[in-house]
Amino acid sequence: MLYIKCPYCGLRAQKEFSYGGDATVKRPNINEEVSSEDWDNFVYMRKSPRGKHIELWQHIAGCRQWIKVQRDTATHEIFQTAKVTEEIR
Amino acid sequence: MSQSFRLNKEGLINRNKKISFTFNGKKLFGYEGDTIASALIANGIHLVGRSFKYHRPRGFFGAGVEEPNAKLQVEFNGHSEPNVNATEMELVEGLSATSQNCWPSVNFDIGAINNFLKMFFPAGFYYKTFMWPKSFWYKIYEPFIRKAAGLGVASIEKDKERYEHKFEYCDLLVTGSGPSGLASAYAAAKNGAKVILAEDKPRFGGTLLTDDVSIDNLSGKDWAEKIITELKSMPNVTVKNRSQVFGYYDHNMLVMFERVSDHLEKKSKFTPRQRLWYIRAKETILSTGSIERPIVFGNNDTPGIFLSAAAKEYMKVYGVLVGKKPLIFTNNDSAYETALEFKKNNVEPIILDTREEHSSELIDEAKSKGIDIRFSHGVIVANGYKKVKSAKIGKLNKDKNSFEKIETIECDCICVSGFWTPSVHLASQSGNKLKYEEKIDAFIPDKKKQHETSVGAANGSFTLEESLKHGFENGSNLSAKITETKTEITIPNVNEKKYGAHDKFWCMPLPKNENPKRFVDFQNDVSVSDIEIALREGYRSIEHVKRYTTLGMATDQGRTSNLNGLQLVSNVENKIVPEVGHTTFRPPFTPITIGTIVGREVGMEYMPTRKTPMHEWHEKNNAVFVDAGAWKRPRYYKLGSETLFEASKREAKNVRENVGICDVTTLGKIDIKGPDAAEFLNRVYTNAWMKLPVGKARYGLMLREDGIVMDDGTTTRISENHYHMTTTTAQAANVLSHLEYYLQIVWPELNVNVVSTTEQWAGAAIAGPKSRDMLSKLYPDLDVSNDALPFMGYKEAEFFGVPSRIFRISFSGELAYEINVKSDHGMFMWEKMMEVGKDFGNQPYGTEALSTLRIEMGHVAGPELDGRTIPSDVSLNGLVSKKKDFIGKNSLGREAFNVESRQKIVGLIPIDRKSSIPEGSHIVQDQNAKLPNPKLGHVSSSCWSVENNNPFSLAIMKDGKNMIGKKFFAVSPLKNKSIEVEVISSHYVDPEGKRVRS
Ligand SMILES: [Zn+2]
Repeated sequence: MLYIKCPYCGLRAQKEFSYGGDATVKRPNINEEVSSEDWDNFVYMRKSPRGKHIELWQHIAGCRQWIKVQRDTATHEIFQTAKVTEEIR
Repeated sequence: MSQSFRLNKEGLINRNKKISFTFNGKKLFGYEGDTIASALIANGIHLVGRSFKYHRPRGFFGAGVEEPNAKLQVEFNGHSEPNVNATEMELVEGLSATSQNCWPSVNFDIGAINNFLKMFFPAGFYYKTFMWPKSFWYKIYEPFIRKAAGLGVASIEKDKERYEHKFEYCDLLVTGSGPSGLASAYAAAKNGAKVILAEDKPRFGGTLLTDDVSIDNLSGKDWAEKIITELKSMPNVTVKNRSQVFGYYDHNMLVMFERVSDHLEKKSKFTPRQRLWYIRAKETILSTGSIERPIVFGNNDTPGIFLSAAAKEYMKVYGVLVGKKPLIFTNNDSAYETALEFKKNNVEPIILDTREEHSSELIDEAKSKGIDIRFSHGVIVANGYKKVKSAKIGKLNKDKNSFEKIETIECDCICVSGFWTPSVHLASQSGNKLKYEEKIDAFIPDKKKQHETSVGAANGSFTLEESLKHGFENGSNLSAKITETKTEITIPNVNEKKYGAHDKFWCMPLPKNENPKRFVDFQNDVSVSDIEIALREGYRSIEHVKRYTTLGMATDQGRTSNLNGLQLVSNVENKIVPEVGHTTFRPPFTPITIGTIVGREVGMEYMPTRKTPMHEWHEKNNAVFVDAGAWKRPRYYKLGSETLFEASKREAKNVRENVGICDVTTLGKIDIKGPDAAEFLNRVYTNAWMKLPVGKARYGLMLREDGIVMDDGTTTRISENHYHMTTTTAQAANVLSHLEYYLQIVWPELNVNVVSTTEQWAGAAIAGPKSRDMLSKLYPDLDVSNDALPFMGYKEAEFFGVPSRIFRISFSGELAYEINVKSDHGMFMWEKMMEVGKDFGNQPYGTEALSTLRIEMGHVAGPELDGRTIPSDVSLNGLVSKKKDFIGKNSLGREAFNVESRQKIVGLIPIDRKSSIPEGSHIVQDQNAKLPNPKLGHVSSSCWSVENNNPFSLAIMKDGKNMIGKKFFAVSPLKNKSIEVEVISSHYVDPEGKRVRS
């Protein structure tokens, strides 16, 4: 079971979180034209990297904040966690 | 039977407490502190089971977790448990053990014929033989395998025992209380670290209990006792015996299995039987020790053949002799300690040492005690079927592959030692890639992936001095990093015997024309020839050899067979062991009970039960409940001997004719506040929200980004910047996370807050033509006329003195209202409604009537919004704004969403107006068509229309709107039904929606 450091609450067990997918995907702006290709890329296309990956988790059984987690998908090592408004290098 | 193999004095058992038990029906005695194994051996019983494949007689081989054979069916404390390791289970009064995998009895087992047919059971036998013909599988092969295979019998009784889970955090977890574990725990404890020390066995000390050593002038056992006593007195230390750390998971999460009360005769009601510990450790010391490995020889599975260290443990811990005429067969010095122990107890052993004549401290001591030592010797084959009677031994030539001399000598047990294998399971589970250490011919931990450090024998250090030193150093350094305190500890003086080098010798050769079975894996009956066959047939990867031969795949996970298997493969393949590699170690290290994994999450505690504030009233009034997620909702209220069908029809009819009330508390409720709330809703929902006035509700539809309908519900503008959203019961949690996602990540610039208020409000729907009359009685001071409170209107008013919210919304399609009060007032509201409603023919209605009402109105719900439908599929395209952007809008233009033939919602009625259409039925053109019969759609929801008094269903059907008026078949192979149906509009009742506005 992973041990995830919520930037608001501290280290908590994976049980308290829910996984939310790739954090590097950016939704096209609302009320702006978007090409079908860009839209399809946003909705459907995801990379499944082996190694470092920045993903979203929500602390559903805690502060309910969505957070960023940089994790190795092969070893599960977590390098960094951050608020969604912060950048992960 | 008397305990004729019990020594007079030796051992750590309590001779003052006799314990009676039975084995295969025979009444026997042992002492408190015995295991089933030690008590049986004391009684001279060695034959305890039959082997898995060949049903060969099997006895004990080890004295603990390494035991591959002695798995028994054990009844105690009122339950029966299969596959209990006889070498681990402690004796309790009244325990009854029986042999497994034998019929009719362990002494005469019909399955043993497999032993004589063994040429037909080589490696891969099951794979090769049972492949074809295919039709034989079900009738012949599978029943045969099922009967022949398998170990014990699982109980079909409900497990009455209590199991617990515990979550714990510590600075240092130490797994194993041998010398290195004790030293680590002690050093860390002295540094002020929070320490957990786990020991699998009932007694602490590991090899200190059996080795002839001294530490600071104390015997090993006394030193262990001193350290444990001190650790137990420290508030920062938790010391646990009978506790096996069996799994090493991500981020230093280790899982431990504690046998809390299996060894107790009486226990209090709330004492759990076993406990599962989830331990998050900052650092872990793996002091799991090592397991002796056997040397492979002919018939090496005969009862009476033991690991040499096990024989020593039986003497020193249990005061039991495994035999009175022992043969010690070894390639190293450690077995000499076993020989010396026999000698001490006046038993004359003979040592067969595969090494050439040489000298070492232990050899010299054995010589001086007059023990018969035969160098360059080994056991070729053990004789005796149910117990060792003699052994054919051979003097090896220099090539160690042929014999100078062969003779047969009498013996009643053989104690074998092929050197030691570090227990690296936990290290390997943690992600540590192991490395091969040639000095000890075994794998030891290499670079760590997690915070683990192996010490002592688990790390390949086989001397006490080194183990203690590593233990103290690592315990101290690892904990000092955490506590930032370092207490100096003097490493104690040690007195131990020096071992000479071991012989790299694993498998006795066979003389010409002799071909006895030589087992590598006892539990799965894998022999040398099986591995040779696998290699001959082209299996190269050790993982493939493992699966083909089943080597190391039994419950003992190859603890005694692993390295010998690897040595064999490397010999045949002419490779060195590290090139062959090792198979993966997986948790659990030892079998654990399902009860422990489940813990307290059984029955009522399986998941939380959510009850509405009116639950007790429903219960008192004969409600039959249905699960809606964790919620309990009344499905119908049973009057007299009514069936579900009759009751729901009555309740629905009453809503159409008079008025009914329904508990709608379970609907998801989300409070939305902030100056940008309207803009947010406008983006979340497909329809327009900017102009909704205060005091009005609106039905809304929300999509996922891929255009699929996510949920629907009404949202009401309570005040300028305050909205009350409702969601379906099922989607409440998902919708909240969805809203939070957009507010926190996508549009953080919007000034809006959302919070779930589902449990803050109790809700009741009042529906039916008489609902306004009833409402006016509930709110005598309020104008509830159609003008003052129109459809989709909202008002706040006092409900007999308590604040309430009135929404004029309808799910039933009738004139209807929903009243919300604070949860604490829910019961009050409900009872008042029942009291006031009497004059209007009010009756409560459950979810079944609610479904009927919405289905015949053509209102969609979960079965239609099933994660595959877009708004136009379910006739909700009127709610999709063309003017504004919203979540999922861009996806609605996709080609597949706009083809003519796309499935659309329709209504279905049976041609005979009588036959109910099962939900899930497929719609086909021709009920007799050849399979696969093209499917045109499926029935999503069915009811008995109370308005028209015949069955009615909603269906999602290809090109649905153009099918109206046509006839098809609804077929349900599950219910063996085929019903001719006509397609009609999905709005069966009041298609213009006049009633809700009346
Ligand atoms: Zn948090």
